[in-house]
Amino acid sequence: MSLSFAECSARERIALLFDEGSFHEWLPPSERVTSPHLAQLGLPAAFDDGVAIGRARLDGHGVFVAAQEGAFMGGGVGEVHGAKLVGLLRRALRDRPRAVLLLAESGGVRLHEANAGLIGVSEVMRAVLDVRAAGIPVVVLIGGANGCFGGMGIVARCADRVVMSDIARLAMSGPEVIEASHGVEEFDSRDRALVWRTTGGKHRYLSGDCDALVEDDVAAFRTAAIAALNGSRPLTLAALEREHAGLTQRLHDVADDEDAVLLWQRLGVREAAQVPDMDVETLRSHRPARGTQLAG
Amino acid sequence: MDWTLLAQQLFGSAHNITAHGDFLEGSAEFEGQAITVLGSTHHAPIGVALALAQARVVLDTLARHPGAAILLLIDTQGQQLRRRDELLGINRAMAHLGCCIDLARRRGHRVIGLVYDQALSGGFITSGLIADACYALPDAEIRVMRIPAMARVTKISEQRLTELSKTNPVFAPGVQNYVAMGGVRSVWTGDLRQGLREALAASPSTDTRAHDGAARGGRTLAESVVQRVLAAA
Repeated sequence: MSLSFAECSARERIALLFDEGSFHEWLPPSERVTSPHLAQLGLPAAFDDGVAIGRARLDGHGVFVAAQEGAFMGGGVGEVHGAKLVGLLRRALRDRPRAVLLLAESGGVRLHEANAGLIGVSEVMRAVLDVRAAGIPVVVLIGGANGCFGGMGIVARCADRVVMSDIARLAMSGPEVIEASHGVEEFDSRDRALVWRTTGGKHRYLSGDCDALVEDDVAAFRTAAIAALNGSRPLTLAALEREHAGLTQRLHDVADDEDAVLLWQRLGVREAAQVPDMDVETLRSHRPARGTQLAG
Repeated sequence: MDWTLLAQQLFGSAHNITAHGDFLEGSAEFEGQAITVLGSTHHAPIGVALALAQARVVLDTLARHPGAAILLLIDTQGQQLRRRDELLGINRAMAHLGCCIDLARRRGHRVIGLVYDQALSGGFITSGLIADACYALPDAEIRVMRIPAMARVTKISEQRLTELSKTNPVFAPGVQNYVAMGGVRSVWTGDLRQGLREALAASPSTDTRAHDGAARGGRTLAESVVQRVLAAA
C-alpha cells in the first residue's frame, strides 16, 4: 500500500525510508539544542530546531541522514539548524559513510534569524561540496509540501543527485514573493497549474534539474535513494563546462513571456501539452535526450 | 563606492575591467600578480544570465590562468525575482556559479569576495559567501531584509527588533554585524591596496566562519553545535 511521503513528518520519513530501526540520532530532541534567537523573539522553539540528523542503514549500507521538518517554521534554516547540517557533513568527511542523504523541505533562510541563517546556508553549501569532492555521494530527496526553496534550492543543486516527487517543488523564490515584487501578471501565485509547470517535479525532471522522478510514496523514495548510492558525480572542469553549455542553451530556449510547455517542446518532449496530466511512469518515457544530458 | 573609483584605488591603471550592462569583468595586475576580476554593479539582480556570465569568467580563468587569484566585486540586490528565471532553474544557475568558484578554490586559486556596495540574500550566497573569504568596504550594506520588512514577516514590532538588534547581530542589517558573525572577515578601511594585499596573503582556504563568529561573540552557537555533532556518541 502506498504511503504519502509529503504527509509524513521528518522523523516518520526517516523511520520508513531507512532500514527498520537503524536510525541513530545525534543531538536528539532530548538534548534540547534550540534556537536562542527565537526565544529572544518570544517564539516557541523546537527541541531539534527543525532538523533531525544521524546515521542509519539503507539496504544494509551505513549512511548519514538529515531530514528537515517543514511543520516547524517551514523548514527554515537558522543558526542551530544550519550548524547541525554542517556538523553532519563534516562528520561524513571524517567517518566516510556510503552516502549522505538529505531529506530537504525548506523555505530557505529562516527570516527570524536571517543573518545567521544566510551564513549558515552558505556553510552548508561549502560543506556539501567538500563531501562531494571526497567522493561520498550527497543525495537530496525533495517531497515535502513546503518544497525546497531559497538557499536550500541552491544547496540541492550542489549535491551529486536530486530525487523529486511529481508533487514536489524546487526553486529559488516562492511564487508569492515574485508576485509581490513584480505583480500578478509576472507570476500568479494562485494559479497552481502554472506554479507546478514552472517549479514542480515533472518540469525539473524533463529539464534535467532532478535525476529521478518518483510518485509521492515513501517506498518509491526508498528505491530511488538506494539507486542513488552509487551516484557520486565529481566536479571537474569538464563536468562544469558541460553543465555550463547545457544551461546556456536552455537560457536561449525561452523568451520572456513564454511558458513551460514551449520549453518542453524545444527540449524535445513529445506531447508536451499533455505533461501535466501524465502519470509519473508515462512521463519518464517522455524525457528528452537533452533533459537526460543535463541530469548527467 | 563607484566601481570605477574602486578599481582605480586598487589597481591604478593596471586593469582592464569593463562593465557590460550590470556585469563586471576584466583582469588586473597587483604587485606582480595577475588577478581575474568579476562581479556586478548597479545593485544588479542576479538572474540566470548574470550567474552564467560570471561562471564563464571563472571557468576561463581555470583553463587559461591556472592559479590566478579571483576577486569578486559584489553589488547586488539579491536574486532575480522573475518567473522566467525560476522556469530556467535560477537556483541551478546560481549553484553552478558556486560550484565553479568552489572548484577554483580546490585547484589552488585564491578567491576573494569584496562587498563594495550592497549584498543581499541569494546574490550573496554564491558570491562573497562561497569565496575563501569575504571582505567589505565600510559604507557597504549587507542584509537579508531590513527591519521594517522583517517586522512584517515575523509580526514582531520594529521597535522591539531594533532594541534586540543592539545586542544581537542576527536581527539587523549591517557590515559590522556580518563581521561579528564571521560572515565577513574584515572591513577594509583606509588604504584599499593594503586590504587586498593582506587578503591575498592571509585568507583561509578552509571555512573558518563558524569559529570566527564564536570568537567574535556574534554567532555563539554554530561552532559549538558543529563540535557537538562531531563528538556525539
